[in-house]
Amino acid sequence: MFAADFEYYRAGSVAEAGQLLAAHPGAKLLAGGHSLIPLLKLRLAAPAAVIDIGRIAELRGISTDGDGLRIGALTTHAEIAASDTVKEHAAALAEAASQIGDPAVRNRGTIGGNLAHADPASDLPTVLAALGATMTVKGSGGERTIDAADFFTGMMATSLGDNDLLTAIRVPSAAGRGNAYVKFSHPASRYAVIGVAASIGIGTTGGGWMAKIKGEPKETVCTDVAVAIGGLVPKPLRCSAVEAALKDQAPSEPAFAAAAAAVSGDLGDDLLGDVFASGDYRKAVASVYVQRAIEAAAGRVG
Amino acid sequence: MKVPVRITVNGRLFEREVEPRLLLVHFIRVFAELTGTKVGCDTSQCGSCTVLIDGVSAKSCTTLAVQADGANVTTIEGLADGEKLHALQESFWNKHGLQCGFCTPGMILASHELLRTNASPSDDEIRHGLEGNICRCTGYQNIVRAVKDAAEATAAADK
Ligand SMILES: Cc1cc2nc3c(=O)[nH]c(=O)nc-3n(C[C@H](O)[C@H](O)[C@H](O)COP(=O)(O)OP(=O)(O)OC[C@H]3O[C@@H](n4cnc5c(N)ncnc54)[C@H](O)[C@@H]3O)c2cc1C
Ligand code: FES
Ligand code: FES
Repeated sequence: MFAADFEYYRAGSVAEAGQLLAAHPGAKLLAGGHSLIPLLKLRLAAPAAVIDIGRIAELRGISTDGDGLRIGALTTHAEIAASDTVKEHAAALAEAASQIGDPAVRNRGTIGGNLAHADPASDLPTVLAALGATMTVKGSGGERTIDAADFFTGMMATSLGDNDLLTAIRVPSAAGRGNAYVKFSHPASRYAVIGVAASIGIGTTGGGWMAKIKGEPKETVCTDVAVAIGGLVPKPLRCSAVEAALKDQAPSEPAFAAAAAAVSGDLGDDLLGDVFASGDYRKAVASVYVQRAIEAAAGRVG
Repeated sequence: MKVPVRITVNGRLFEREVEPRLLLVHFIRVFAELTGTKVGCDTSQCGSCTVLIDGVSAKSCTTLAVQADGANVTTIEGLADGEKLHALQESFWNKHGLQCGFCTPGMILASHELLRTNASPSDDEIRHGLEGNICRCTGYQNIVRAVKDAAEATAAADK
């Protein structure tokens, strides 16, 4: 398969990418190419110009500062999966990156491309929704940040404008919380049929004046529960019913099962499905994956 | 529009003017005239087009030649050291890791990537590492044996 012809420009810096975008309206950015090149080959996309940002060194790399992780948009899935820094601060992200496609896909695909493409079957949007990440975006009006909750606007749609470049992803420190990503992979494509990311803190409650008088012990409970699901919905969905059902509950198998069952309320009935896995089927198994994710996250607190 | 590229394939430099839409796999097969690298699915699923770009595996049907400008590409033809086969080529032969051979160039380069990142993989790790490569002949059992054998032979040779 051959793509339709296009003009090719290579940006050496973020500033140059901005100039090229302004000079070539309708141009597509090329990072790892593992979502864009298949679209070009199928001629589902036929831009007049492609701007290759794949060599911009300032967009690569993983670092930490006081409030968490900063990951450059061009960092590959393989680099994220292998990073001890990511494993320490956002285990779910490393876990998700390590399950994307296959090794060759992970060697070339980038986190920025994955998020900008916003495929409902992608893994990283779900994780970043649960971890409360923010995207740093450079546009013609300068730099701004967008919360993950506002970044994804629909199926393969984001709030990125035509001249916007996603430069970095910030993930707040998960200190004291555990997080995990659990995925039901499509057996052939390995994209997510269902993906669930969870972040959970465990603290104590009780200890009110009555408990103090009675000498009752404080109770260990789940705090700061964040759960997001993807694969069967157009964009990552925060599961507020699951979160509410688990918050302030003692971490136990029955509590996890009850909270996971609440996902049917979050999902509604209009779900994505295909010939391999219908929406109904996905809904029926979703709670199993939610339960696995919250159990794994709770097991990592500490 | 044509764009000048300099791509080294198996140690030999090719300087060509290419259309930006040219895929790396076609650069390798048409310009470098090396047809060991196969186009199977042409949709990034089967791995028969796997090559190494600067030592790291990539699907050359999902990479533009312009993206490999300046890079060192290794194909199946570049793996042997003269007449001496690479340990993986030797083990695929000895363990019957191929039948028709169509998937084999990609399978061997994907195995090369696996051993680069994990020198002594378990059977399970081998199967995971080769997830992006499809073989319609062997049933994979002998491919797993071959990779294991190559890992052991390499470890023994390094001792
Ligand atoms: C066989 C196969 C299996 C896969 N399996 C999975 C899977 O299991 N899970 C999963 O999540 N993904 C999967 N993917 C997709 C993969 O993760 C892609 O790498 C990713 O979606 C896109 O990243 P990229 O760097 O390749 O982006 P590109 O393809 O280069 O770009 C994708 C889109 O994002 C835009 N873009 C890229 N970078 C930026 C930026 N910095 N700022 C603004 N816009 C930008 C481009 O213009 C384009 O529209 C798979 C892909 C393949 C080929
Ligand atoms: S031909 Fe490239 S993956 Fe099948
Ligand atoms: S040996 Fe025939 S496809 Fe693998």
